[in-house]
Amino acid sequence: MSNVVLKCKDLGIVFGGLAAVNDFDIEVHEKEIAGLIGPNGAGKTTVFNLLTKVYEPTSGEIFLNGESTAKKTTVQLSKAGIARTFQNIRLFNRLTVAENVMTAMNQSMRYSLFEAVLRLPRYWKEEKEARAKALELLSIFDMQGMADVSAGSLPYGAQRRLEIVRALATEPSLLLLDEPAAGMNPAETAELMENIGRIRDRFGIAILLIEHDMSLVMGICDQITGLNFGQVIARGTPEQIQSNPVVIEAYLGKHKEG
Amino acid sequence: MNRLKGMNRTTRKNYITYLVVIAAYVILEVLMRGGGLKAATKGMLVPICAYIVMALSLNLTVGIMGELSLGHAGFMSVGAFCGTATTMCLVNAIPSGGLRLCLGIIVGTIAAALVGFLIGIPVLRLRGDYLAIVTLAFGEIIKSIVGNVYMGVDGGRLKFSMFTNELNLSPNGRIIIEGAMGIRSIPRIATFTAGFILIMISLIVIFHMVGSRAGRAIMAIRDNYIAAESIGIPAFKYKITAFTISAAMAGAAGALFGNNYSSLIASKFNIDTSILVLVFVVLGGQGNMLGSIIAAAALTILPEALRGFADYRMLMYAIILIAVMLVSNNAKVKDILKNLAEKRAAKAMKGGAAHE
Repeated sequence: MSNVVLKCKDLGIVFGGLAAVNDFDIEVHEKEIAGLIGPNGAGKTTVFNLLTKVYEPTSGEIFLNGESTAKKTTVQLSKAGIARTFQNIRLFNRLTVAENVMTAMNQSMRYSLFEAVLRLPRYWKEEKEARAKALELLSIFDMQGMADVSAGSLPYGAQRRLEIVRALATEPSLLLLDEPAAGMNPAETAELMENIGRIRDRFGIAILLIEHDMSLVMGICDQITGLNFGQVIARGTPEQIQSNPVVIEAYLGKHKEG
Repeated sequence: MNRLKGMNRTTRKNYITYLVVIAAYVILEVLMRGGGLKAATKGMLVPICAYIVMALSLNLTVGIMGELSLGHAGFMSVGAFCGTATTMCLVNAIPSGGLRLCLGIIVGTIAAALVGFLIGIPVLRLRGDYLAIVTLAFGEIIKSIVGNVYMGVDGGRLKFSMFTNELNLSPNGRIIIEGAMGIRSIPRIATFTAGFILIMISLIVIFHMVGSRAGRAIMAIRDNYIAAESIGIPAFKYKITAFTISAAMAGAAGALFGNNYSSLIASKFNIDTSILVLVFVVLGGQGNMLGSIIAAAALTILPEALRGFADYRMLMYAIILIAVMLVSNNAKVKDILKNLAEKRAAKAMKGGAAHE
């Protein structure tokens, strides 16, 4: 069995008496794509916010590569290997596409502000390497031609793809994708599916994705967890989930005879 | 020219800014040497340089970091008083005015950076309107403190007191800062060349910072705080770096400014000065350094140029300011400028494609 990258135990958060997420358990392995599904307001994005410490969990534990993340902040978790995208796109709109990706490499760059102001050799070397790496990452989605366009002016689909590239630039071991196919047409979705699979194979990372598009979830996920009202209601392979009556009722609507 | 075309947009804009500043310096210097400048105009060169550096400094905070500071005159004040006091103390020790000015600017810069850092610790935990209001308060606090400092030199030692003059100087002692009366009989050693060098250094620091990982991080925080944290950017660390550098530049501007007049009082650096510098930045365009330079120069000259209007001078100043703001923010004017830029970009692209 491959390494466990993410493990959550009894994870939960209470907002003023309302348990937004309760007793959430999950295990995601290396090179595995896990799906998180559930109707609107089920608590899917809240799980992501707990994993990245945007919210502090009120109960439970999170382990990343075997280490507890209890004392880590959002910034430290990025260093520890969690990267994410956002449901409502959050790019650095006034920076260029390449700069968006290079910003994500900040923690692996070493030159100081002093070296930058004096433009010492290490500045040039690291900047050149960072740009080359950014272009290479952008080529996953065939976006290297847009490198010097400002991110805010990109079409919607390209913005979503750029978010994924930016997340990959932090060299994560766990990639969290929050509705990566939202707003994309079927052709774009199919292409994205293929690319997510390729990213997993190429970088050997674990991917946890939230998705509304059932065909995407069923097509590429190795395991799926269903959430409703902050509770795990089902867990299993895509086939098991597809035929699980609780999921069908909660997520796909009540099954009608005939 | 071909090399200019090969560079990316930002680099090209930076070089144009350097060129404009150097050209303006050379032209004015030649005019001055040839006696082509009126005494009144000549006297304005150093203050213009100081205000340009102030505008660049505030543009770093407002345009690059995206936070509004209404207390920037405070940092200028710290730089002005520390810088001028330094040059005054060294009058006998260092005869060379240039060297003394240089030391004064360095001391003013360091002092303002320190104050900026200390104020930044509480202030930068806030954002938006709250941050702006608190910087305004700190600006006023600095003004009050500086206006109550007494400092003198006595037999090679510095003496300080607050609120009342309790320096008890010996007959050989010299008072340097005298509370609300400030500093008097300053030798006026600031020069236009020093101002020019200061502008160039400020530009290099800002442009090189913006083009580095620190600059990207600061702008990323400005554009999207949550996303910046999610990719491991420690927001507070980068914000305080930018704020300290911005304060340091304001201090340098202050030291230059202080050494240009025969007397210096703390109440000069009040909210009016902070707002004036903010007007330079807004008029010139946030994040646009060349714009700040032009706006600072134009708006410093304008009141003098309007002397002919006598009593209606400030009225005319206000009307011109409103007119410029309206025209530069007019949708039609913006469209025309945008079309022009697009045409140029399309042309450049065509040229680029033909090369391949």
